[in-house]
Formats: sequence, structure tokens, C-alpha cells
Amino acid sequence: MVGPRGVRKAAVVALFLLPSAVPLLLFTIAPMFGAAWISLHDWNLQSPMRWTGLDNYTRLLGDAATRDALLHTLYFLGLYLPLVYVLGLALAVGLNRRFPGRSLVRSMYFLPVVTSWVVVALTWKWLLNPANGLVNHALEAVGIPGPGWWASAGWAIPSAVVASVWKDAGFVMVILLAGLQSIPEEYLEAARLDGASAWQTFWRVTFPLLTPSSYFVVVISLISGFQVFDQIYVMTGGGPAGASRPLVQQIYDLTFRYGDAGGASALSLLLFALILVVTVVQQRLLRRWVTYV
Amino acid sequence: MSRRLLAAVLAVGALLMIFPFVWTFVTSITAGGDVLTTPRLIPEQAGLDGYRKLFEVLPFWRITVNSLVLAVVSTALLLITSSTAAYAFARLDFPGKNVVFVAYLATLMIPMQVLVVPLFIEVRAFDLVDTYASLIVPTIASAFGVFLLRQSVAVLPRELDEAAFVDGAGHIRIFLRITLPLIRPALVTYGLFAFMSSWNAFLWPLVVIRSREFMTLPLGLASLSGEYTVQWNAIMAGSVVSIVPILALYAVAQQHIVQSVAQAGLK
Repeated sequence: MVGPRGVRKAAVVALFLLPSAVPLLLFTIAPMFGAAWISLHDWNLQSPMRWTGLDNYTRLLGDAATRDALLHTLYFLGLYLPLVYVLGLALAVGLNRRFPGRSLVRSMYFLPVVTSWVVVALTWKWLLNPANGLVNHALEAVGIPGPGWWASAGWAIPSAVVASVWKDAGFVMVILLAGLQSIPEEYLEAARLDGASAWQTFWRVTFPLLTPSSYFVVVISLISGFQVFDQIYVMTGGGPAGASRPLVQQIYDLTFRYGDAGGASALSLLLFALILVVTVVQQRLLRRWVTYV
Repeated sequence: MSRRLLAAVLAVGALLMIFPFVWTFVTSITAGGDVLTTPRLIPEQAGLDGYRKLFEVLPFWRITVNSLVLAVVSTALLLITSSTAAYAFARLDFPGKNVVFVAYLATLMIPMQVLVVPLFIEVRAFDLVDTYASLIVPTIASAFGVFLLRQSVAVLPRELDEAAFVDGAGHIRIFLRITLPLIRPALVTYGLFAFMSSWNAFLWPLVVIRSREFMTLPLGLASLSGEYTVQWNAIMAGSVVSIVPILALYAVAQQHIVQSVAQAGLK
């Protein structure tokens, strides 16, 4: 029997939990299952749904536009991840030494992190404007003909990478800087006493001890890289002629341009699965590579 | 590398880093045709042309207010729903608590891209496409906020609650009078991130908003750059307007923001 005290207790739990549980159920968990359900149907958002089983999935695996979108996303990641990591690491190592004005310099590097992707993309779309942009004017002044940047098929993704690295380097820097500062001074001191050069100390002591922070930024960057959309959509619209369309835009286009909600849902779940697999594989690698203090 | 040289290199790098912001501002105050000719750091004809155009081609006041109201409302909602849930998980006992908590955590893994299509259909079923309500829907609750705030409730000493219990206070009173004031730093941190992510959101507004009256700033600005004749000084003027509130927040809470990002990596 639930007595009056039990009812009161349940009411308190409900009062505290329902404001978040109901929206999460309605707007996150239910749509998740909704996506799985839609992915098993042929549906253009209007006419009645038609059950097609796994057709959408098999169709996507052989679809050229989807394969291209995956390749664009991977190409973006392949350029973005090493660049943002190396730049962030270099900044973190530099800022790990004390000098006057250090915190001002640090907050300047971090400023793009809080700026929206749309503004970042528009700013770089203007800087990298093929005809009138500042970068091509500067290149011209030193006698180098500037490329077509976001307007050309070959440079569209690298242009988005430039903007993305500019925005995210400060984030990577702050995480790695915190990691560097948590390394006990004695370890570095010991290496120095043993006659290690600065270079050796970095690669043999600092870098291995930094792996937990490195792991964190690589996972975060990889996950956000797979979901790349805003900056490419604003800079190139996925163009020219689809040459830079990433996976997420393919999901968007399938739904709202080609009326293929089933295919879009299937693709979104494949993207989700891809992210999960990468995270799990990294967990495995983590155990092998990461050194904890 | 000597310390002085290193400092100089980093300072020059920092200036390069903020240069795009400078250039955005310079372009925004460059008048008409000058924008497309030779670029100048100090425009030959400075003026507020860009800002004026912004109000001509877009209902810009309304768009700015939309963004502001949306960010304030969704931040307030997220703070309320996250802190009450945080209290429930940290301080209340109920059957199935662990299962519910794991379900909350699981929602953290689901990317927005998976939800876009079914969420759009849900919103359409309620006839909410192209309304303020549709913008707010995915930002009412977030497991991230619950997780973050639960940590800070969990580390509060229980003796405080117990003393209040003895004095006859119930959970609601304890939550409002003891817990909330004590987790204020965490609320500020989460509030800042919630505000910024709403202010900067793009994908979901792009999906549910059709008419200019309900656009947010990122949506309005992106729509300008897609037009046939792109007015760069107007776009840069809009970018300046969009950066200013974030810049103000950053100036006030810079230390706080950078610190909490740094802590995220130290686990």
C-alpha cells in the first residue's frame, strides 16, 4: 500500500524530475525511435508511409552522392584534425611559459571559440573571396595568383578547414594547456637533471603525460568533425555542384530537397553508428596509448 | 627559444588571430562601392551604409530581438529543468533512479542531425513550423546540463540539508534556499554556455523557420550571403551586431569560460 507519505514523496520526485524528463522523452528519445521507424519506410513527408524494410540502407550504401558526401566529410576531417591539433598544441606549449601579458594573449586566441559558426564562415567567406577578398589581394601583391577558394571545387573544403581551424585552435589550446599545467614539475626537472634536451623532454616526458588531454580533444574534434555542416553550408552551400557537400547536408538535402525522409533517416542513423564505432575504437586505443600520471 | 622571442611570436600570432574580427568591423563601416575595390584598413569613405542596408533588406530589429529572446528563454528553461533534475538525482531516492539516469546520459550521445527529420515531423504535427515555439522545443532540457549540475549538487555537504530537514523544511524549500545559492558558480557556467549555444544555433532554426519574421541572427545573416548580389558591408555589419553580445559576455566572464573549458579536459 502506498500511504499518503508515499504519494507525497512521489509528487516531490515528479516535481523535480518531470520538467526535464518529459521534454527529453518527447524531443530526444521519441524522435530517436522515430528516426529508426522512418528509416524503414519510403516516405516523402506528405503521402502515406510505405514499408520498405532495409531498402533505404542498402540503397544508400550504393548511392554515389552519399558516398561523395562521406568522402567530403572524411577529407575535411583529414585536413582539419591534424591542423587544429598541431596548432593548438604549439600554442599551448608556448603559453605554458610565463611572460607578461600571457593571459591577454590567451584570451585573444580563445576569442574565435565563442563566435558563432555562421559569423566565422561569413568572415572567412569574405576574407577568402576569390575576386575581392583580402587574402587574394595580399597574394596578388606578392605576385602569387590566388586560388578560387570556396568558389572552386578543389579549394572549397580546404577553405572551410581554414575557417574551422581558426575557430577551434583556441579550444584545443585551452584543453592542452590545462593538461600541460597538471604535469608535475618534478618529472620535467628529473629529465633535465638527466641531461635531456628540451626536445627530448618534450617527446619523452611532456607529450606522453599529455595523452589524456590529447585524447579528449581528439575525440571531441572527431565527433564534431563528422557532424560538420554550418561552416560548409554557409561558405559553399555544399558546392560548387556538390563538390563540398558533407554528410549532414546530405541528410538535410535528402529530406527537404529530394523528399526522401526515409533515406535521410537511414543516413542519419548510419552517421550516428559511425560516430559510435569511432568512439568505441578510440576507447580501445586509449587503453593502449594513454599514459596517466 | 628565448622567453622574449617566444612572447613576441605569440603576441604577433594573437594579433593575426583577432585580425579577422578587425577586418569584419572595417568592412562593416566601409561605404558602398569602396568595399569591392582595393581593400583599406582605414576606409576612404567610412559610413554606416552597411548597417542601414541591413535594416532595409531584413526586418533586422525583429531578428535581433528574436535571437535575444530565444537565447534568454532557452537559457532560463535549461537552468530550471537541469537544476531540478540535478537535485532529484543527487538528493532524492526513487525506484529505478539508476536506470533513469543512464537513460538521461544516453541522450547525450544522440547527435542533433539524427533528430532533425523526426523532430521536424513532430513540430509539424503540432502545427508549430515557423513559430517561436518550434525554435525552443529542442532546448527545453539537456542531459548535459543535468550531468554538469548534478556533480556540483552531489559534492555539497549533506549536513546542510539534514539541518534544514530537522527545522522542518521540505525538499522544495531546501532546493530553493540551500542548493541553488550554493551551486551558483555551476549555474553561471552552464548559463553562459547555454546562452552562447542558443545565440549561435543554426541547423535547427534552418529546418523549422521559413519566414523572415521568425528568423534568428545566424539564419538572417546566412540568408544574406546566399543572395545574388552579395552586399559584404551589410553582411559584416550583421556579423558585428551578432558578435557584440557574445563579446560583452566574454569580456565579463572570460576567466570563468576559459577555466571551465580547461576543466572539461582534466578528468
